[in-house]
Amino acid sequence: MELIFEKSIPGRRGFQIPVCDVNVQGDIPPRYKRTHDNELPEVSEVDVVRHFTRLSQMNFSVDTNFYPLGSCTMKYNPKFTEVLAKNPQFADLHPLLPQLRNGEKLTQGALQVLYEVEQILCEIAGMDQFTMQPLAGAHGELTGVMMMAAYHRDKGNKKKYIIVPDAAHGTNPATAAIAGYATIAIPPDENGLLDITKLKEKLNDEVAGVMMTNPDTLGIFNSHIDEIAGLVHRVDGLMYYDGANLNAILGRCRPGDIGFDIMHINTHKTFTTPHGGGGPGAGPVGVKKKLVKFLPISRVEKRSDGTFYLNYDYPDSIGYVASLYGNFALILRAYAYILLLGKEGLLETSNHAVLNANYVMHRLKNHYLLHYDRTCMHECVFSATQQAERGVHAIDIAKFLIDRGMHPPTVYFPLTVKEAIMIEPTETESKQTLDQFIELLIEADQLSKTQPDIFKDLPKTTPVARPDEVKAATDLNTNFFVNTAKLTRPQKNSSASITHHV
Amino acid sequence: MNPYIANTKIEVDEMLQCIGVKTIDDLFLDIKPNQRPKSFNIPPGESEQEVVAYINRLANKNRSDLILFIGGGYYDHYIPAAVGSLISRGEFYTAYTPYQPECSQGTLQALYEFQSAICTLTEMEVANASLYDGGTALYEAVMMAIRITGRRRIIMDGGVSPIYRTILKSYTSNLDIEFQETPVVHGQSDRQQITKLLNENTAAVILQNPNFFGAIDDHTDIIEQAHKFGILVIESVYPISLGLLKTPGEMGADIVTGEGQSLGLPLNFGGPYLGFMTTRKKFIRKMPGRIVGQTVDIHGRRSFVNTLQAREQHIRREKATSNICTNVSLCAIQACIYMSLLGKQGLKRLAQLNLDKAEYAKQVLSHVKGVEIKRSSPTFNEFTAYLSKDANAVVEAMINRGFAAGFPLGRYYKGMEQYMIVAVTEKRTKEEIDRFAESLEEVLKEM
Amino acid sequence: MEIEEHYLYTKEHEWVYIEDNIATIGITDYAQEALGDITFIELPEVDNEVEQFEHFCSVESVKAASDIFAPMSGKVIEVNADLESGPGLINKSCYEKGWIAKIEISDQDETSNLMTHQEYQKYLESLE
Repeated sequence: MELIFEKSIPGRRGFQIPVCDVNVQGDIPPRYKRTHDNELPEVSEVDVVRHFTRLSQMNFSVDTNFYPLGSCTMKYNPKFTEVLAKNPQFADLHPLLPQLRNGEKLTQGALQVLYEVEQILCEIAGMDQFTMQPLAGAHGELTGVMMMAAYHRDKGNKKKYIIVPDAAHGTNPATAAIAGYATIAIPPDENGLLDITKLKEKLNDEVAGVMMTNPDTLGIFNSHIDEIAGLVHRVDGLMYYDGANLNAILGRCRPGDIGFDIMHINTHKTFTTPHGGGGPGAGPVGVKKKLVKFLPISRVEKRSDGTFYLNYDYPDSIGYVASLYGNFALILRAYAYILLLGKEGLLETSNHAVLNANYVMHRLKNHYLLHYDRTCMHECVFSATQQAERGVHAIDIAKFLIDRGMHPPTVYFPLTVKEAIMIEPTETESKQTLDQFIELLIEADQLSKTQPDIFKDLPKTTPVARPDEVKAATDLNTNFFVNTAKLTRPQKNSSASITHHV
Repeated sequence: MNPYIANTKIEVDEMLQCIGVKTIDDLFLDIKPNQRPKSFNIPPGESEQEVVAYINRLANKNRSDLILFIGGGYYDHYIPAAVGSLISRGEFYTAYTPYQPECSQGTLQALYEFQSAICTLTEMEVANASLYDGGTALYEAVMMAIRITGRRRIIMDGGVSPIYRTILKSYTSNLDIEFQETPVVHGQSDRQQITKLLNENTAAVILQNPNFFGAIDDHTDIIEQAHKFGILVIESVYPISLGLLKTPGEMGADIVTGEGQSLGLPLNFGGPYLGFMTTRKKFIRKMPGRIVGQTVDIHGRRSFVNTLQAREQHIRREKATSNICTNVSLCAIQACIYMSLLGKQGLKRLAQLNLDKAEYAKQVLSHVKGVEIKRSSPTFNEFTAYLSKDANAVVEAMINRGFAAGFPLGRYYKGMEQYMIVAVTEKRTKEEIDRFAESLEEVLKEM
Repeated sequence: MEIEEHYLYTKEHEWVYIEDNIATIGITDYAQEALGDITFIELPEVDNEVEQFEHFCSVESVKAASDIFAPMSGKVIEVNADLESGPGLINKSCYEKGWIAKIEISDQDETSNLMTHQEYQKYLESLE
């Protein structure tokens, strides 16, 4: 499709700037002004509306398609939370107001939301305190690991390593590295769970902590978690819970009760704030008592008179992890969702997520290889190795599903499973939808036997077919205005010879 | 059953039978009795109507009625209705990260257009598809400069937002990175101090334009000096001002970041916002965050994909350029829609209108007894006012008259207790500005 | 899987071909196939001193990134500049046109830490 810039006609406008009502024309010395005009498009409002409406129609989304993307929890996003978040009494609230003297009075409603959601998340997760500041799950991880570092520094511990299971999300090792720790990866045992023998071998006084999900990336709940936590705590290591899979155990188990010291929650997974095509998310972080003093500032607190304020007075805090108080509009949506569900609703959520996943697993296990044939939690992981032997790989099966109007599961993750197909149906999908999906996957298996060649051309029903990703990476074009093809490689200290652009 | 669960009792039974268990509880046997919740005191659920009523009651406790002359990096700009309408399409906001390009061309093309728009605004060569917010984007830029240069010393101009500076310090506390801060003189960057500190061990100089005091600057000379030592220069910018101001690209900056909230995003009490980053093409592989690239499909049709993914955490794991997983796609698309509506001339006019109103406000306020407007350096839509009284007290008193009068500088700058920064966007009318000045005069008189 | 007879190999799937005191270095057929279409290579700097089995450069494909380790210690004397514009050469001709760098060997004895083609063949079989 044409780019918005290609639709530009000089002189056309999409928005009327008000006439200036003051009799002053501001001027600034020429040397502070830009010499070349910007090249934003000149299009009408209708042009813009049609362009972006058409673009939106080129997407699959939860509102339009089944989206069983494993590990991403693409459940339905209720509409009422969208309406609430757009209320101008929240949307137009300036974030620096509570930093004025007595300014918290101006934002009592927003602060109350932050305070109450913190209380309720503590109860859901079994933690003692939460911060709403982290702006995404990965950002929550970084916050958590920074607190881990602060804890060890405070106790004078000399720690160098963070242990991460092989099957973990890529963000875990990346986070550990960015926070200054080296990672030790532990492979799974024959049941797909973290190998405790290997863990024991690697555990020593230099281990700062272990980062885990439970249920893990294979969708299996690790019943040995108490033992693992005991071992880690013995070397004064901390247990970090990656909340990516918390939706599986809501009301059934709380990370804080099974030995975890720090955790983050992906509100866009468990508490269904919209994924937005890849963000914005929110990643609240919860901790046990021994870590509370390291939480980021500011903290939202309640006075005895029932009013709320921001407390910055925590000298041991790791400081600011975000500019303000977190992605407020998303925290608000999550809170409204939790209030609507209540205790029973939260339980129903995990119950039906797990029921749906097990149903899909049982109906497909005679067609696709299931490495770990046991009850799963919210997601199940198949391997398309049998189909791959016939020349039909996991990616081909994914493209087949796209062709038939369903978003594929996650493929090639976790990395520990060859030709992985990771299915997370979520609780909001009906049996009929699951049946359609199952039938399609069975059909794909059949076709891999009878007509394996048809897959390479799929999908055919989408606006574009398979893109040339090699070309994208070698003839780089990431900006309409600059021919970015054929990049030269970065040279050391090359900044000294930087030439002026434009 | 809550309204978001579809299956009926009969269907649940069918599914359980297929699985071969009696109850849903049987699926949770891996969770041992001693691993069950010690408590789970969550209130019972409520209807949508009840929750909406409760949340709206909380909303009522906020003072969103104030007339905003407060900025500090977050600005009260008008958002055209088409922005909100388009961004509310479920096809945009209920999609995931575009891992499967064939069914995500909408998100991908919009992000490519966003990248292009941000590049033309900053006059830089390449952009990523967004980062969390302006503050964390600056942190990512610092880490990127450290990766490129292999050096660990950073010079930071005192005019960089104090909020951002605090973030940088907390992030790097566990890493061996040295920060040198330089003061602001007459509102602008202290050339002498910065030049003195430049050396071969320095990774980056961080500058901001307009700076936190509102002053605008041309950093070309500092950048030239820094480049002599192989130092990278990071510029943090305010995108609306780039309708008018000299671009970081023209000044020669190496990495540009900024807060994109002003590009059509509501203030939202702090988020979600939009961090952006642009750089030179030779640094693209050192840039964090997702990047969308144009290519063709097997039939030669234009297509878009996430590219250079080998930099990212899901492939590189502990060697990734950042731990960032998602960006803020929806906010980036929102900004892209906003920029498309404004267009080339619109952005220019909008920037001029902001400047005009701020200059008018300066004029009016300079006639107020007890207010002195610092005119040592030119400004865009925010400026520093010196008050005859404590700025905290003045701003507090102004609330009663319906104004958020500005942001007192004493909170972040010792010795500046009688200063505040005042922001004037296109939303402020002449009448509001006049009334603001009158109220300020009265408040100062009464104090 | 193609393996060259007169070359020596590492467990990280680099190959080295020694002529006098010059070692030519590249990655094996197994490595290029595992990576898929290679889109970028960050070549080492000429004149850099490298240690055996130390990180020495890296390659990227669409969906993977891999570090390459120096099979022998020495000084980098030449890099294959053709790879800058055409990193796909590694996929097309990993043992010849897709060579990565040449090193002036500082310690011939280090070859004892490397595998012969027969040993590498066995090693590959053990990975299956």
